Amino acid sequence: MNSARHPLLELPAAAGRAALNAVDAPMRVVQRLLGVPRIGWMFVAPNLAILGLFTFLPIVVNFYFAFTGGVQLYPSERPFTGFENLGTLFECESYLDPSSCRKDLFWRAIYNTGEFALLQVGLMVAFALVTALVLNRKILGRGFFRGVFFYPVLLSPVVVALIWKWVLQREGVLNAVLAGAGASPIGWLSDASWAFFWCVFVSIWAHMGFYTLILLAGLQAIPADLYEAAEMDGASPWRRFSRITLPLLMPNLIVVLVLGLIRAVQIFDEVFVLTGGGPGSATTFIVQFIYQTGFAEAIHQYGLAAAASLVLALSLLVLTVLQLRLTRKSLAGGRGRDDG
Amino acid sequence: MASVATMLSARRGRGKADWTDWFSYGYLLLGLVLMFGPVLWLVLSSFKSAAALNEFPPHFLPYGQKSVAVAGHETPLPLYLVTLPDGATRELAEVRRIGIQATLVDPNAPDREYKINIRDRKPVRDLQFATGNYSEIFAKFSFGTYLWNSVFITVVATLITLLFNAMAAFALSKYRFGGRDAVFLLIISTLMIPPTIILVPNFLVVSELGLLNSLWGVIWPAVATPTGVFILRQYMLTIPDELIDAARMDHASEWRIFWRIILPLSAPALAVLAIFSVMWRWNDFLWPLIVLSRTEKFTLQLALNAFQGELTTQWHYLLAMTVVTLLPVTLVFAFLQKYITTGIASAGVK
Repeated sequence: MNSARHPLLELPAAAGRAALNAVDAPMRVVQRLLGVPRIGWMFVAPNLAILGLFTFLPIVVNFYFAFTGGVQLYPSERPFTGFENLGTLFECESYLDPSSCRKDLFWRAIYNTGEFALLQVGLMVAFALVTALVLNRKILGRGFFRGVFFYPVLLSPVVVALIWKWVLQREGVLNAVLAGAGASPIGWLSDASWAFFWCVFVSIWAHMGFYTLILLAGLQAIPADLYEAAEMDGASPWRRFSRITLPLLMPNLIVVLVLGLIRAVQIFDEVFVLTGGGPGSATTFIVQFIYQTGFAEAIHQYGLAAAASLVLALSLLVLTVLQLRLTRKSLAGGRGRDDG
Repeated sequence: MASVATMLSARRGRGKADWTDWFSYGYLLLGLVLMFGPVLWLVLSSFKSAAALNEFPPHFLPYGQKSVAVAGHETPLPLYLVTLPDGATRELAEVRRIGIQATLVDPNAPDREYKINIRDRKPVRDLQFATGNYSEIFAKFSFGTYLWNSVFITVVATLITLLFNAMAAFALSKYRFGGRDAVFLLIISTLMIPPTIILVPNFLVVSELGLLNSLWGVIWPAVATPTGVFILRQYMLTIPDELIDAARMDHASEWRIFWRIILPLSAPALAVLAIFSVMWRWNDFLWPLIVLSRTEKFTLQLALNAFQGELTTQWHYLLAMTVVTLLPVTLVFAFLQKYITTGIASAGVK
């Protein structure tokens, strides 16, 4: 068998045989004990154990952290404080004015996140739709252009942030263009409004391709004869768009909108590297608040961070339920994570 | 030429190009500049020397000042285009400069010195790719260590992900045991639980396991991906049960069936998951940021973040590091784009 195998493949093949035989012996014993259908438990066990340890257990423990105080990490050393953490977060004279709150950064982060999510998702879905419509036409180099818009999706958030930091820095190329046009340079990342704008822009730049792809798949699923029939009836392009494309694309648009919101609420990586949350707290978002409170500051306030996580989890839960209600069908549609 | 024009204007099979075609191509060209421009600018800049990066306004290509070896001088001298008092211009090498007076010599006849005002000389420039940026990040910083950490996490986590997810997918697609559907739902439900909401307790778990500042502290929490189980299960459902029954007739153990029949037949789905997993782990940031606080354990992403935060950011090194970091993903993209885009379009996965 396989006598013509390339010598380079010998090593992995031998490793494979070794792995097969090493696990096979104990698995045979288990198979004799459990019987055939129930041995399925042995196959799901590793995956379930990891999920239990690093997902399900932490969900429960997060509640414990949220309702205990102190600076200790180990649960038994943490005094029970009830709703004190949540109370601290929500202690405000007026919820409309972050500076009247005890944890003003938390409220600034919430308002920033809300504003960011609405702006970013609205603009991103609009651009993704236009891009998908353009890419759905019979154009030259369609595959190439699809790749162009998709490429940034694969880049790491840190790389994305550095690419733009290099463009936007004070002596960067954008200010050089301004200078060439006779304008004075702008501190793109040191001015609060501009920094916020660039956070929105850069995250649209980085993620739009993903949503474009979903919308493009939806557009391609619309039967072409609908358009032909409409054209024969003399329907204008705008009418064809509003009466055929838009209604038939609606399910995909809803998926994209809610999915975008779920991801936007969790914005952290790109912004953290691009602006560090600044200037001041202009681009501090909720996940950065959790990270700072729990891990980055000198005193690790795990309880407060866990309580803020609960608030974030609650808003994500609302969005996910909304998603499942609106689309009903695909479980994969409700995915709130993009890392596995 | 005419055929190109017809091809460009050929639209929907009939008629001439209308405004929507012009808009489409305009939009795509703008997209090309906006999407690729910044990346191209980063790559070009990474080949500039520290001095060239300090220029404002910057040049598009990495230009540097030309220098020449002159007899009698140990190091090469910078070359200038000099306007002499009589109005003639010559390329001369600068020997020294005091205040506003520069002393230059002709590289071919270095005995005669010209003393001129520095206003009358302009540097002579040519294309110079500062590849030293790339070699020096390995020599001056522990860049090799960061690269190794990232590669280790990516490769090991991907291998474990493939194995564990394939095992689970096999059980969920080919066995009928009590509680199977509940297990599947449980695994899929974790799609909706992003790591951002369980940072603190996960930190406790990892620290109790003694995995803080260990690459395994990044690997283990990431390997049981619900996406992977989902993709692989859907694929394995299409593998006929008769194959498994036939193997059982031959007294193959269940593990052997999994290893020798299911895994090889699932190769296309495993390949898709492998591509995704490599990108997920290579790009991970927040969780490694929390688990790995010692510099010698940093991944590339963490090193880039730490390096760019330093007060005296040395951009010529940082840019080279960034390019090295985006290189693997770019290669994956260039060669496997089709698999990635179809995977995303069909499963809504990223």
